[in-house]
Amino acid sequence: MDWMMILKAFVVGGAICVIGQILIDKTKLTPARILVAYVTIGAILGGLGLYKYLIDFAGCGATVPLTGFGSLLAKGTISEVQTTGFIGAFTGGIKAAAGGISAAIFFGYIASLVSKPKIKKQ
Amino acid sequence: MKPIQSKEDYQSYVDEKTPNSPILKNCFNAFWVGGLICAIGQIIFGLCRLRGIDETNSYTIVSMTLVFASAFLTGLNVFNKVGKFAGAGSLIPITGFANSIVSPAMEYKSEGYVMGVGAKMFTVAGPVLVYGISTSIVVGLIYILLNTQSLVLI
Repeated sequence: MDWMMILKAFVVGGAICVIGQILIDKTKLTPARILVAYVTIGAILGGLGLYKYLIDFAGCGATVPLTGFGSLLAKGTISEVQTTGFIGAFTGGIKAAAGGISAAIFFGYIASLVSKPKIKKQ
Repeated sequence: MKPIQSKEDYQSYVDEKTPNSPILKNCFNAFWVGGLICAIGQIIFGLCRLRGIDETNSYTIVSMTLVFASAFLTGLNVFNKVGKFAGAGSLIPITGFANSIVSPAMEYKSEGYVMGVGAKMFTVAGPVLVYGISTSIVVGLIYILLNTQSLVLI
C-alpha cells in the first residue's frame, strides 16, 4: 500500500472540499450550483490537459471530487475524438464516465426503493 | 470596561462578544471528512491495482464503490447527518452526487415511481450532467477545430 499517495489524496481532496465550504459560507451559492460549477471547471481543466497533473500527483484526491468527474468527461471526449473523429465528441464523454453515472442511477434507484422516508421533524 | 464612544470602539466590543465565526470549524470538518473520503478511495484504488486491474478501470471501481456506499448510507438516513456535520466535505466528492440522487428520490416516493422517484432523482444530478456533458462536448469540438487548423496549416 502506497501510504504517501493516501496522504496526498487526503490533503488534496480535503483542500478541494475546503474551497467548496468557503463558497457555501461566504457566498449565496446553493449546493446544486456549486456542484455544477465544480463539474464545469473540472471539464475545462481536463480539456486544457491541466487536471491530469493533479491526478498524477494526488490520485483519488483529484478524481473523487466532482472536478474529477468533469475532467473524466473531457478526457474521454478528447481520446475518443482522436480515435473516431467528429462523432467522438458526442460519444466519448459519457463512455468514459459511464461506470459512475450508471452506478449512481442504479444504486440510487434501489436505495430509494428499499428505504423508508423519514418524517421531517422541524 | 471602557465606555463606548466611537464606531471603532463599538466594533471591537462586538468582535469581542460574538463567538468565532463557524467558518473555521466548518472548513476544518469539510477538510478532514472530504480528505478521508478521498483517502478511502485511494485505498480502494491501491487494492484494485494489487489485483492487476488497469488504472482507468480502477478509478471507475473507486467511483462506483463510493457511490454505492453513499446511496446505501443515504437510504439508512445516516448520510444526511454526516452531511450536516461535514458540509462540503461530503458534498463535493462523488458521494455528494449520489446523495443528491437518492435523497429527493426518497422524499418524493409518495408521488409515485415514475414522476416521483424517477423524475425527482435528477433535481440536482440533472443540472450536473447537463453542464458536465455539454462542456465536454464543447471541449471535443474545440479540440477538433484546433487540430484541423493545425493540419491545414501544415
